[in-house]
Amino acid sequence: MIIKFDEATPIYVQIMKGVMWDLAVGELTTGEKLPSVRDLASSAKVNPNTVQRAYMELERMGVVETQRGQGTFIVADPDIVKEVRQQVTEGAVRSFVDEMRRLRYEYDDIIALVAQELSAASTVRPADAPCAAHAQGAQRAPGAPHRDATDTTDGGSSI
Amino acid sequence: MNVLEFHSVHKRYYMAHALRGIDLAVARGKIVGLLGPNGAGKSTLLRIAAGLASPTSGSVRLMGRQLRPCDKRHIAYVPEVDNFYAWMTVRQAMEFESSMFGDMDVDDARSLLAELKLDPGKKVGALSRGQRAKLKLALAMSRAADLVLMDEPLAGIDPPSRAAILQTIASRYRAGEQAIIISTHEVLESEALFEDVVFLSSGRVVLSGHADQLREERGQSLNEIFAEVC
Repeated sequence: MIIKFDEATPIYVQIMKGVMWDLAVGELTTGEKLPSVRDLASSAKVNPNTVQRAYMELERMGVVETQRGQGTFIVADPDIVKEVRQQVTEGAVRSFVDEMRRLRYEYDDIIALVAQELSAASTVRPADAPCAAHAQGAQRAPGAPHRDATDTTDGGSSI
Repeated sequence: MNVLEFHSVHKRYYMAHALRGIDLAVARGKIVGLLGPNGAGKSTLLRIAAGLASPTSGSVRLMGRQLRPCDKRHIAYVPEVDNFYAWMTVRQAMEFESSMFGDMDVDDARSLLAELKLDPGKKVGALSRGQRAKLKLALAMSRAADLVLMDEPLAGIDPPSRAAILQTIASRYRAGEQAIIISTHEVLESEALFEDVVFLSSGRVVLSGHADQLREERGQSLNEIFAEVC
């Protein structure tokens, strides 16, 4: 587990988020053993008591369980992944919406901006297609479902 | 139980008033960051806690009792300056330290020196600055001291050695048994290591508390708080 700290947030909260995030995306699975307190403290250069606190809070939430003398494990319950994934997702959406509201955007603006960003991302994201296919993608774009964002540029180049 | 307590400790030198009434309590099992700019009084405070200097007024208690000169064997003090003879080999420095303080786990010291890639046959004088810092740290961390005091352990050390030092402290400290006080003015790298912090400025404690609680209350990193209060 690699934790990149944003030092203005309590460190134990960030460790908890790291575990939950890894579980939500499948980096960790049910029943899997977490690194020992000492190993994680050492690799992340964090106080062992802080790691211990993060594990304790996760245990209170029912995400992990400690087996005496063996370590800390993600609980074996398969529902936990779904629950944690939902929690992580809600958190991500909420913090995004909060930020947009602070920027004084209303409901419709936020929806439109998200749609625009998504369509822009799906035409240029390198993971979608190898570089050679990229130019073709641009030509194909007028017929593609994500037309809105690419309208002007494609219109300009193809006419 | 508090490992260390300061009660209105003052320290005056000939012209300077280095500590101006310090009250401090360090609980067992904590790693405490003593944070402050140069000249804030951090080194003076640590030297008094180590029993190497005496306060002009006020009292210092170790494990609930007045600090006495013979308490040095319960305290591992790591000064900023080099404290081993240059002509000694790494192994001799370890043996010297072990003969001075009966609480060193020599096997543990050997394995820690190996982990930190310090050649036991090499002369202290031939070590790099980062290696000398690691040697001091390794010998302090392999003692069963109740109180470990480190004065600027990261100052002037190259980044890989700094990382190794922070990792060693995190992995080796005897949780629940000892207290460690680390003074530094470079907060950024080390701040995740501190459970409690004490901000010192011009000989006074300007803020102290639980590190995560301060982050939560103020929405700031320790480094940002440092810039604000010191």
